[in-house]
Amino acid sequence: MLQVENLTVYYQTLKGQVRALENASFTLADGEIMGLAGESGCGKTTLGHSLIHLSPPMTHIGGRVLLNGQELPLTDMQKMDAYRFNEISIIPQYAMNALNPIRKIGPMTEELLRAKKADVRTVMAALKDRLEMVKLPQEVLNLYPIELSGGMKQRMVMVLSTLLDPELLIADEITSALDVASQKAVAEMLVEFRNQHCCNSVIFITHDISILYQIADSILIMYAGQLAEKGSTETIIRNPRHPYTRMLISALPEIGVRYSEKRLTGIPGKTPLLLHPPQGCRFRERCPLAFEKCAEVPPFVEIEPGHSVACWKEGSADA
Amino acid sequence: MLKFEHVSKIYKTGTFGGKELHAVNDVSFEIPDGEVVSLIGESGSGKSTIGKMILRLIGITRGTIELDGVNVGALKGSELKEYYRKVQGVFQDPFSSYNPIFKADRIFQVIHDEFYPQVSAAAWTEKVETALKDGGLNPEHVLHKYPHQLSGGQLQRFLIARALLLDIKFLVADEIISMLDASTRIDVLNLLADLKTRGLSILFITHDLSLANYISEQAVILYRGCVAERGITEKIFNRPLHPYTRMLIASVPRLDRKWDTEISVETKATPLGALNGCVYAGRCPLAFEKCKQRPPEVEVEPGHFVACWKVEEI
Repeated sequence: MLQVENLTVYYQTLKGQVRALENASFTLADGEIMGLAGESGCGKTTLGHSLIHLSPPMTHIGGRVLLNGQELPLTDMQKMDAYRFNEISIIPQYAMNALNPIRKIGPMTEELLRAKKADVRTVMAALKDRLEMVKLPQEVLNLYPIELSGGMKQRMVMVLSTLLDPELLIADEITSALDVASQKAVAEMLVEFRNQHCCNSVIFITHDISILYQIADSILIMYAGQLAEKGSTETIIRNPRHPYTRMLISALPEIGVRYSEKRLTGIPGKTPLLLHPPQGCRFRERCPLAFEKCAEVPPFVEIEPGHSVACWKEGSADA
Repeated sequence: MLKFEHVSKIYKTGTFGGKELHAVNDVSFEIPDGEVVSLIGESGSGKSTIGKMILRLIGITRGTIELDGVNVGALKGSELKEYYRKVQGVFQDPFSSYNPIFKADRIFQVIHDEFYPQVSAAAWTEKVETALKDGGLNPEHVLHKYPHQLSGGQLQRFLIARALLLDIKFLVADEIISMLDASTRIDVLNLLADLKTRGLSILFITHDLSLANYISEQAVILYRGCVAERGITEKIFNRPLHPYTRMLIASVPRLDRKWDTEISVETKATPLGALNGCVYAGRCPLAFEKCKQRPPEVEVEPGHFVACWKVEEI
């Protein structure tokens, strides 16, 4: 189980600090697939990366992360190395380019395992089963990455990332570049991996909420570096409480909804720059419910078991 | 009306150009005035190639594209320039559509110099502001800025405003919302829908079925350069008949329903070269002997065409 407590990460730039992740606190249960959603620049990738590779220009400002009760040495690159790939693993965005183009996939995998001092022989044997799980033929091990299609590469990286059965798997936008059919296949395979204990908990980063509804157990919505709302998938989709979550979900065109019958609306305004973010709730400027109190940062509070919201209108009676 | 008649695009590939790649294979359909037609397909289906052929960015190998009876492929010189007054395109990545060294509004100046040199500067400024307002932008907020100072949604609307300045009849919109955020994409989509009321026709190229369903009157489902199914959007979405369309619609993630895990998604690629037969046969669960021949397009109900041998049984 993963506990994140008040994690704050800024980017150090020449112009000053970009406040990309502010006071994030949440827990992830064993076997839980948590969807992490938000628009570009909301800090979702920053959050994912800070759990595995917190390197400059990312700067750890405060907070801690516990994996199964043990605090992670987030800022110590050397000590974190013992956790990476073994305990915490990532399927990066653009997994298409994550494979070494001049090595065949089989030898590349062996080198990777040797570098991580894993038991090469047993893991390579297990690799065969994993390939079967994602419906890749054994022959891929004798191919160069360029000989694989985008969807095949995506599945290959998925297999590699989970070879050592990590406790935490971070999947960063793994379905975004795929067409709907491959999207469904990859998402369902990820669930299968979890069910077969190839990985324990999963953080699934995406901008596509409708995919999360299909596979996630819980959803965490972020806006401009702040946590907005977390709850079970059903709660977030059917009964969202944060104004941003509500507007985001109502802006999604669903199959069956047609322009001529029902005109959807977007969210007016644009996301604030995080170099000098507005004081208080960062959604304030675009929020139809904003009032004076929103000049203070709303706390991320649990309003019912397993459902937390950061909004002043929620804790009070006039919600 | 824009009319496609048996249009094909063949690329020469291989070291000596000895191999052929049929990017678009004998495609016929029509886009009536004032309608939005969605062109739906996965990557490699040839959907962008079709858009580029309309814009004359690449040549047409076989067949003809006609706009109001005029053969687009044969236009030259000043005729072609007149054609671009009527037909324009907007593409997927708004940031690479601009030169980052110049201010974003330079695109309007270029139109002024090229197409309307007789219009005075003052009158032109007014025209630009009207076009921006029509595009849902506030001119004061967006003029005199560099591309990096504007958001993707704003840049995309800039390009639409640029097209509006030319009094266009036809817009090719190639994946124009896929790079925008969920909160702004619907506004750009609504803007496109509003342009229809001006009599504009739009070819809306996308891989997202729910977007296509939201905006278009007609849809064309493309697979490997061939039309699998086409016709009135509602009919296709309510009663998909081609096995490929069915698989696609079942794969769309929805908020009102979970995926049917029973419908298997075959992701393996079709072996190339099955040109004479149905291009989907290699992935199709219903494939049988006859699929070695190319299935003809059949009108199964008024305004609903399907190219599949098994269509009678479905």
